[in-house]
Amino acid sequence: MKVAIIDYESGNLHSAHKAFERAAREAGIAADISLTSSPEDVSKADRVVLPGVGAFADCKRGLARTPGMIDALQDAVIARGRPFLGICVGMQLMASRGLEHEVTEGLGWIEGDVVAIEPSDPSLKIPHMGWNTLDLQRDHALLKDIPTGENGLHAYFVHSYHLVPRSTDSLLARTEYGGPVNAMVARGNMAGTQFHPEKSQKLGLGLLANFLRWAP
Amino acid sequence: MLKSRVIPCLDVKDGRVVKGVNFVGLRDAGDPVECAIAYDAAGADELCFLDITASHENRGTILDIVQRTAEACFMPLTVGGGVRTTEDMRKLLLAGADKVSINTAAVTNRQLVREAAEKFGSQCVVIAIDARSVAPGKWEIFTHGGRTATGIDAIDYAREVVALGAGEILLTSMDKDGTKTGFDIPLTRALADAVSVPLIASGGVGNLDHLVAGIREGHATAVLAASIFHFGEFTIQQAKQHMRAQGVNVRMD
Repeated sequence: MKVAIIDYESGNLHSAHKAFERAAREAGIAADISLTSSPEDVSKADRVVLPGVGAFADCKRGLARTPGMIDALQDAVIARGRPFLGICVGMQLMASRGLEHEVTEGLGWIEGDVVAIEPSDPSLKIPHMGWNTLDLQRDHALLKDIPTGENGLHAYFVHSYHLVPRSTDSLLARTEYGGPVNAMVARGNMAGTQFHPEKSQKLGLGLLANFLRWAP
Repeated sequence: MLKSRVIPCLDVKDGRVVKGVNFVGLRDAGDPVECAIAYDAAGADELCFLDITASHENRGTILDIVQRTAEACFMPLTVGGGVRTTEDMRKLLLAGADKVSINTAAVTNRQLVREAAEKFGSQCVVIAIDARSVAPGKWEIFTHGGRTATGIDAIDYAREVVALGAGEILLTSMDKDGTKTGFDIPLTRALADAVSVPLIASGGVGNLDHLVAGIREGHATAVLAASIFHFGEFTIQQAKQHMRAQGVNVRMD
């Protein structure tokens, strides 16, 4: 199985790569995981991962800078139904639009906007930074055998914006930070996490292994 | 619910941990990567490396340490010490750091904060502030490892760097650092309440009640400590169990 982690010069790709390797090794899954900036590799991959750290518009520009990359992504994920995981801004890019600093068009896979989180308690700090639990909206293969809820495992978040899907059908998990904050989206063969599974120890490695096993 | 973070900090000089680390079963307590793995397994919420390397020639060793740590530890990693330019930051981030802390360079060149936030995003820009009391309710920032007075008010400075794009403040009380008498609570609270971003309290932790006070009275969102963990006085789990018993929400995964 070939897994392509898209390298578009955004963020801690090294960590994502190593976390995937460890998750595969511990779960006994034979996977060839590579960091790549080549659209051809994305076309050939059995699974595609889009990480991302930073601002929405910057990341979108970074992705668009590699000729053919967005087309290769659309083809692999939409036309051929390859399992896809977006992480942090990589998840946000699945939306129709990002409203951080400026209005930026996303990949348009999940209808909705990426907007600033606004905790009801003004003393709560922004970014929402640290470990928080997940409130599941429905069951999903990515969270199989992962304890969620107030007494469940924790995921590491660091963000000031979140994806608000137009239809709640796409919403997989939320977290609580002065009101609900969207933590995971999923639709068909694609899923996204606002938190960083590659930095979320037990929960994260479990989720990455589930992604490698996922047969949507 | 978001949990309060407990962050052990390792001082690294020329590739080795200084101030001993006393973990059972560690082959080489001076190896930062081994220490990082031990803290990862112990349930630390984040790890902080402070590079206090004396010579510029040895700066490259921290990149190797960060890279090897990021290969083995799947928790957030902050690296600070000697960061002067966005190029220094970029190298650390590419090696696997999640956040980079800037101290002296941010004081001497405020635009560096803006530039860093624009290039890499606020979430990875931590501004380290070393402050000392100069009058009741007034604190001044010091640079160059606390040696150089600046005349700059700590609260004004914290507000300024946050406006420029800092995503987090790492506050160390020079008066309390190394005393084991607890955080400077009035300072911590004044700064935490003055800024909109998370604040890590540092300097002075001698027992587990100090960690509780940093969060509850100091309004910090995270507490950083070195010696109480390194010398095996307390484990991360003991710290968290104590905090939880005192009503502080911590992660016990």
